[in-house]
Amino acid sequence: MATFEYAPAPESRAVVDIKPSYGLFINGEFTDSQGGSAFKSINPSSEEVLAEITSASDADVDRAVAAARRAYNGAWGRMSGADRGKYLFRIARILQERAREFAVLESLDNGKPIKESRDVDVPLAAAHFFYHAGWADKLDYAGLGTNPRPHGVVGQVIPWNFPILMLAWKIAPALATGNTVVLKPAETTPLTALLFAEVVQQADLPPGVVNIITGAGATGQAIVDHPDIDKLAFTGSTGVGKMIARSIAGTRKKATLELGGKAANIVFDDAPLDQAVEGIVNGIFFNQGHVCCAGSRLLVQESIADEVEKRLKRRLQTLRVGDPLDKNTDVGAINSKAQLDRIVELTAAGEAEGAERWDNGCELPSKGFWFRPTVFTGVSQGHRIAQEEIFGPVLSVLTFRTPHEAVAKANNTPYGLSAGIWTEKGSRILWMADQLRAGVVWANTFNKFDPTSPFGGYKESGYGREGGRHGLAAYVTTGDSK
Amino acid sequence: MSTPTAAPPSVDATTRARDLLGVSRLTNAAVTSWLHGLPGVDQVGCEARAAALGTRSIKTTSKAWGIDLAISMIDLTTLEGADTAGKVRGLCAKALNPDPGYPDTPRPAAVCVYGDMVATAKEALGQSGVNVAAVATAFPSGRALLPVKLADTRDAVAAGADEIDMVIDRGAFLSGDYLTVFRQIAEVAEACVRKDGSRARLKVIMETGELVTYDNVRRASWLSMLAGGDFIKTSTGKVSPAATLPVTLVMLEAVRDWRDLTGEMVGVKPAGGIRTSKDALKFLVTVSEVAGGDWLDPHWFRFGASSLLNDLILQRQRMAIGAYSGADYVTDDSPSLY
Repeated sequence: MATFEYAPAPESRAVVDIKPSYGLFINGEFTDSQGGSAFKSINPSSEEVLAEITSASDADVDRAVAAARRAYNGAWGRMSGADRGKYLFRIARILQERAREFAVLESLDNGKPIKESRDVDVPLAAAHFFYHAGWADKLDYAGLGTNPRPHGVVGQVIPWNFPILMLAWKIAPALATGNTVVLKPAETTPLTALLFAEVVQQADLPPGVVNIITGAGATGQAIVDHPDIDKLAFTGSTGVGKMIARSIAGTRKKATLELGGKAANIVFDDAPLDQAVEGIVNGIFFNQGHVCCAGSRLLVQESIADEVEKRLKRRLQTLRVGDPLDKNTDVGAINSKAQLDRIVELTAAGEAEGAERWDNGCELPSKGFWFRPTVFTGVSQGHRIAQEEIFGPVLSVLTFRTPHEAVAKANNTPYGLSAGIWTEKGSRILWMADQLRAGVVWANTFNKFDPTSPFGGYKESGYGREGGRHGLAAYVTTGDSK
Repeated sequence: MSTPTAAPPSVDATTRARDLLGVSRLTNAAVTSWLHGLPGVDQVGCEARAAALGTRSIKTTSKAWGIDLAISMIDLTTLEGADTAGKVRGLCAKALNPDPGYPDTPRPAAVCVYGDMVATAKEALGQSGVNVAAVATAFPSGRALLPVKLADTRDAVAAGADEIDMVIDRGAFLSGDYLTVFRQIAEVAEACVRKDGSRARLKVIMETGELVTYDNVRRASWLSMLAGGDFIKTSTGKVSPAATLPVTLVMLEAVRDWRDLTGEMVGVKPAGGIRTSKDALKFLVTVSEVAGGDWLDPHWFRFGASSLLNDLILQRQRMAIGAYSGADYVTDDSPSLY
């Protein structure tokens, strides 16, 4: 008898037009670098070179900041909120119209499954522009104090895990509140940001309002250090976040930092088990675990630990790993060789420290960067894999006995970005949510995002919030005195 | 895991239930606490999972195989007050020869009729291997005294029914009287025993549209399996909503967990409202990913449907000739929508 196998259903690449090389987007047009070098952006699922990207020099950063300043002092700074809103609505609609193009390009450059870029990243990115467009002319009524005003020029550095979505999280509120922007996408995933530059042109945004410059750490540092930047917004690793905080200490620059996480996904013995298993899978294997708020620590009540483990392992056998452009793919490629090396190193440490390693044994493509969905059982707080952010498809399973113990273990981490609670008991959800030191607490679900809901962390997960009214606050100063 | 087997007919349902529940006496309280001890179902999560499974993309080779499998899983059904011997014979002819232009088209698993039509159907189908399923137990409401329901069942079995589709007493279920539901299923299962000691397979219709919550669907599924049902079935087709994908998902989880517990396999039959090949394939994806490949077999999974067969045949023809032919290129012996 034949078996029920899904034939490959790849999304067509024909919808995207990748140029052989890209310059920098400064003052409304693509320009060549002044003294910068070039590097390559590759497809992590095949190691194919997609395009040559410019590494911006200090002079380029200077030009971009100057363009942003001119725009801030010029047309954009004088524009009414209602008119800014029109531009944001226009960008949102163009993103929707070109959704397929963005989704395919995102999956090519990042390695994430097309069903996630198509159904999550791009629609959410558009939603963020729509949401903030609505705020642009209502800032006086957002509860941000009297006369909220923009900071000026905002430097933004975003990570490689959700390139277009993080761009939207950063640019939409900045523009809605009247700031201008110099944004640097991650060096491994610059292509959708560069495509977004075309959207900026298409939307007829005044030159210099949005500048996109590419490069690696040095370029990011140049943005952070630039004296004419008023505010910084960074999403990425805690290590880099600390460097930024040190760099700007003692300056007038404002900053919001969205950093790492080691979220606890807490499952009680009265949880809806089948849905909890789905939530665990979604919590850690969504986007290959390249999620700062991923539920990487499963805290399961000891009385049902075996049962949950059995169901989880069975479920993982149906998780499909492979070609990111295949519509049936659940888990795509690891974003880079460097990240894969880190995952390999940390999982080896997990084994060496005595945790029991299990993976779903699926076949992996021969080229590209891949890692099987992996579960560690018998993990305790003292293990590195329970403390350090792995940023990959690796779940650590710990147990607890009482709600208090669950809270204590969940909070016993340097991070505090998110948490999940699975129980049928509503009163317990409320009690737990109150106790957990995490910026987002999901109940009977995980990894749900919405532009209206603020997102951000405690402790080493950073400071500031993005999304919702609270997110707007980071982009304005208030009070009539100014 | 042990080899999958059907429930042994010889063991008395009450004794078996007592063993499984670990109680000395089977009371309503014991059954209630057992059913209420099952993990809950989160509605949002359940529907999200079903929706995600519905987006699996099925392409040519798998689709061809899936379409033939789906055809072989159909209980081709006519359950109208206006049914006549002529209409039933027409339906049987359709089952025997689903697509005259393509003799390699598989036959459906069974023809499903009212009890008084069993003899007609049996005669028309002969030794073809296509089973006759009969709805019994005061279908579709189930509102009759137990002796009436048992007589209904025995009549159908005596007339030659290979399978019995019974309805549960939703009133008793919703009022918390689970033991009554259990006893009725167990007695109907007894009534499925033929004179020669063999049994008609029993499908237990839970009418999930009237049970409303997924927690109820899960409990009714476990109760039906505990009482000895060979199949759990969603709906009569007379109540809306009938077979939805999330409800079927919950039932598939139930049979999967039941096998883990007892080693026995129970079949699943969504019925009512499944009309297109696309829908049928979504159900097969769900069977495959939730319960597992063992259930991808007409012995363990069925579609209760009347119009689904022709849509599957249309798709089959399209795959053979590369173009849609149109409804008039598919035979229809018993149009229902007059």
